[in-house]
Amino acid sequence: MDMNFNQHISAQFNADLETIRNKMMTMGGLVERQIAAAIDAICDGDSAVVEEVIRREDEVDRLEVAIDNACTQVLVLRQPAASDLRMVIAVSRVVRDLERMGDEACKIAIHAREYTQSSHSQICQQAIRSMGAEVVKMLTGALDAFARADVSDAVDVVRNDKLVDQQYASALRELITYMMEDPRSISQAINILWILRAIERIGDHARNISEQVIYLVSGTDVRHSSLSEIEERTQQ
Amino acid sequence: MTILKNHDTKGVAFVDDAKLTARHVNVFYGDKQAIFDVSLDVGANEVIALIGPSGCGKSTFLRCLNRMNDTIDRCQVQGDILLDGEPIYDGSMDVVPLRARVGMVFQKPNPFPKSIYDNVAYGPRLHGLATTRVELDAIVEYSLQRAGLWNEVKDRLDAPGTGLSGGQQQRLCIARTIAVDPEVILMDEPCSALDPIATAKIEELIDELRENYTIAIVTHSMQQAARVSQRTAYFHMGQLVEVNPTEQMFTTPEHTLTEAYITGRFG
Ligand SMILES: Nc1ncnc2c1ncn2[C@@H]1O[C@H](COP(=O)(O)OP(=O)(O)O)[C@@H](O)[C@H]1O
Ligand SMILES: [Mg+2]
Repeated sequence: MDMNFNQHISAQFNADLETIRNKMMTMGGLVERQIAAAIDAICDGDSAVVEEVIRREDEVDRLEVAIDNACTQVLVLRQPAASDLRMVIAVSRVVRDLERMGDEACKIAIHAREYTQSSHSQICQQAIRSMGAEVVKMLTGALDAFARADVSDAVDVVRNDKLVDQQYASALRELITYMMEDPRSISQAINILWILRAIERIGDHARNISEQVIYLVSGTDVRHSSLSEIEERTQQ
Repeated sequence: MTILKNHDTKGVAFVDDAKLTARHVNVFYGDKQAIFDVSLDVGANEVIALIGPSGCGKSTFLRCLNRMNDTIDRCQVQGDILLDGEPIYDGSMDVVPLRARVGMVFQKPNPFPKSIYDNVAYGPRLHGLATTRVELDAIVEYSLQRAGLWNEVKDRLDAPGTGLSGGQQQRLCIARTIAVDPEVILMDEPCSALDPIATAKIEELIDELRENYTIAIVTHSMQQAARVSQRTAYFHMGQLVEVNPTEQMFTTPEHTLTEAYITGRFG
């Protein structure tokens, strides 16, 4: 698809569309750093990083509202159609997912405070690290796919989400064995459970963003579809 | 640009329950060709919107559908156009009843310089649709009701039609078209001379009229096409580039020319 925004009769319209897309990418970059920092904070126990993540949460929220308003403005003033319309709709959906990812990063940071202070701090560390790295990669992949309007990269992200879900399930089984072996580990295990759950949710949001890439490029709405349905519907 | 063969029209140009059928239509003004091999159905009780840049042939094509082009010197129409399966360019087809069956509403409201009543009664009188004054009164009232104008004018039916506001005049013209009990109504940019409120009323009216009539509307407003029609046809330099369900047309058009036009990349 032609993703060149420099051909509109109205130069201001071009500028408006580029602005919302660029702001979304900026917000995506910030959320990516928030998630990576929160995961690092768990593994390194750096409390300064934790406080920084919590502090910057406001910034993510403000970006969501600002970008969403900009989308509304474009809808009202330009009545965009076709790929322009899909761009505006997709951006406005993506920033919602980014904001929720920001919330999850913040939750991880809050739990990181307790996690690092606990004597059971090595529990599931490997799973947290690898799932964390995976979802950050998924977000990067989803944003890249958006920027390049690349459906096949977007489908890859959906595929990776399935792997994260599997890792999540196996980490839960691991946690349960800890809890059964040593009841004193239960409060820490629950804490870890929240962290794993937040990471898994971040993966879901990255998947949602990828689904919007598919909508943006082809107009196909693949929300609530299974991976195999998505693969099939993006074949043509 | 290369001339598309008709089979290059993207999307859904044909329907099962066609009211009007156009096949391989070519139109010439003298030796200048304005329409190139256009094939399109208009389905019963559908509103189809014709869109495209100025001069692409929307009005020319619309005028073919009730032989309004016959009135233009040097205009020559080739191909087949059928109404309920009957060829309208056949020698045996009388254009006066044809234009009653396929009525037309123009861009500028053009009421006759007569009373509101006589504007609406003109067609029924011409076609002998009423034998008594009571019958004629009933047709006038019904038509004004259908056009959403009755309440505004029922107390001044003797006042001149030209004294109404622009939006009212356009609804009067629609009432005049309805009065001869048409099957199809053609509208050529019916709202382009109207303010937003009058436009909204006409659009609402179009939606109601769809129950009883088949409507083809030429419009410059993409929003209007999106609001009132079920299918949209995109014309470009005399060719029919794409026809698709309106919702699809405005979210995921198939042809890059359609995309470029409706996103405002040229126009
Ligand atoms: N009466 C006419 N005589 C000669 N050429 C005409 C006449 N009407 C329209 N044309 C030409 O036919 C082409 C299509 O015009 P028209 O059907 O009015 O386009 P649209 O309604 O899409 O703006 C244009 O090039 C126009 O100049
Ligand atoms: Mg015209």
